[in-house]
Amino acid sequence: MRPLVTALGLLAGWELLVWLMGLPPYILPPPSRVAVVLIDRRELLVEQAAWTATEMILGLALGLLLGAALAVLFAASAGWRRWALPLVIVSQAIPVIAVAPLLVLWLGYGMASKVAMAALVIFFPVVSSLYDGLRRTDPGWLELARTMDASPRAILLQIRLPAALPAFASGARIAAAVAPIGAVIGEWVGASAGLGFLMTQSLARGQTPLAFAALFILCLLGLGLYVATDRLARRLVPWQPIQGD
Amino acid sequence: MSSPALSVRSARIVLDDHVVAEELSLDFAGGRTTCLLGRSGVGKTSLLRHLAGLLPGTVRAGPVAYMAQRDLLLPWLSVLDNVLLGHRLRRDATARRDAEPRARSLLAEVGLGDRLDALPQTLSGGMRQRAALARTLCEDRQIVLMDEPFGHLDAVTRFDLQDLSARLLQGRTVVLVTHDPLEALRLGHEVRVLSGAPLRAGPPIMPAGSVPRDPADPALLTLQAELIRELRHGS
Repeated sequence: MRPLVTALGLLAGWELLVWLMGLPPYILPPPSRVAVVLIDRRELLVEQAAWTATEMILGLALGLLLGAALAVLFAASAGWRRWALPLVIVSQAIPVIAVAPLLVLWLGYGMASKVAMAALVIFFPVVSSLYDGLRRTDPGWLELARTMDASPRAILLQIRLPAALPAFASGARIAAAVAPIGAVIGEWVGASAGLGFLMTQSLARGQTPLAFAALFILCLLGLGLYVATDRLARRLVPWQPIQGD
Repeated sequence: MSSPALSVRSARIVLDDHVVAEELSLDFAGGRTTCLLGRSGVGKTSLLRHLAGLLPGTVRAGPVAYMAQRDLLLPWLSVLDNVLLGHRLRRDATARRDAEPRARSLLAEVGLGDRLDALPQTLSGGMRQRAALARTLCEDRQIVLMDEPFGHLDAVTRFDLQDLSARLLQGRTVVLVTHDPLEALRLGHEVRVLSGAPLRAGPPIMPAGSVPRDPADPALLTLQAELIRELRHGS
């Protein structure tokens, strides 16, 4: 309840500021104006939101899948670790925003470049969290497994991997929080649909209230993605109690 | 049941560039429980890990079941699946199916027959250690190595578990490492005091009576006092 009161207070302050300073809507629209646009243009907004949400979800899924696969590969094979791990770390030095125009150039204005962008942004937190988890298995469990004549493969799949799931869950939460950034950057650089595209278009035409409405929906999408991922992550590690709820 | 004897011949145990044992030879009688008693840090655990083949460059004598001080239950597996862990890890579906009735009856014997599907986190410390005991026994190995298995339990739970393991481990070759003289005297057919650096083993002490021995027996308490004196001198 308290956050809602805070939000309403902030909105009221914003409305008051616009009214007192007499700002034109194309500089800063008052919340009431944004609300009207949200209702009037709902069909357009829902349509574009569906497009962006699809990009985010596909990008998140792809990034999680590739990141997890690479982390397991690094944990299972010293060769891969030695040859490819330094590259993965160095790849993080490349600013993702700088790569966005290239991705659009190669993959086009459609959905593929945005999915690739989102996957690229979340790839590293996923690899590093899961790989870290795979390396930090309780040595007692590993020794117990050795006295039971377990093969390295069985140890990886049945002990190290489940033991690393809590770490993977934290990586997935971070990924869910940053995946929208990747998708939206992609839309800003070059797109033919989506909320980011709608924002650049409406800003260029002086329709600032519509841009704000798109931004609002974007926030809701990001929040929804995070909450959904958090729920799934908890289901993934039911044995790990979470404090502070 | 004829469990094999176990021996250490001229062993050299090095841990982090520190020589724990040099030219150490020890024999453990087959089908009997030998308790190795020593103070913390003397190298008991290293010796046991040497026997289990867990130290670098060591090869274990044969198939062993190993029970550590911590229960090492996997938090994502039910109690029953934890007890069957060895069979799960060896990925032999037939053997696992065959072992399941045994795992169930072992869990019933340690008093966890009604907690088969529970996750370890829902169990008390004593229950978890009992599940670990059932897992150790489910491996059905003739040689069982135990590293202070009841060290962190409260006194009464520890006594209960000592009684239980003495009964269930009967006939196997057991090497049990402990720092508790009373535990050694209750469970060991034979007790050896470990001391010194490099590690030396004192002469075998064979208390009278069958295991698990009554802790109220005056002869046992006299022996306990002697052992405590010896441990104090040994350092």
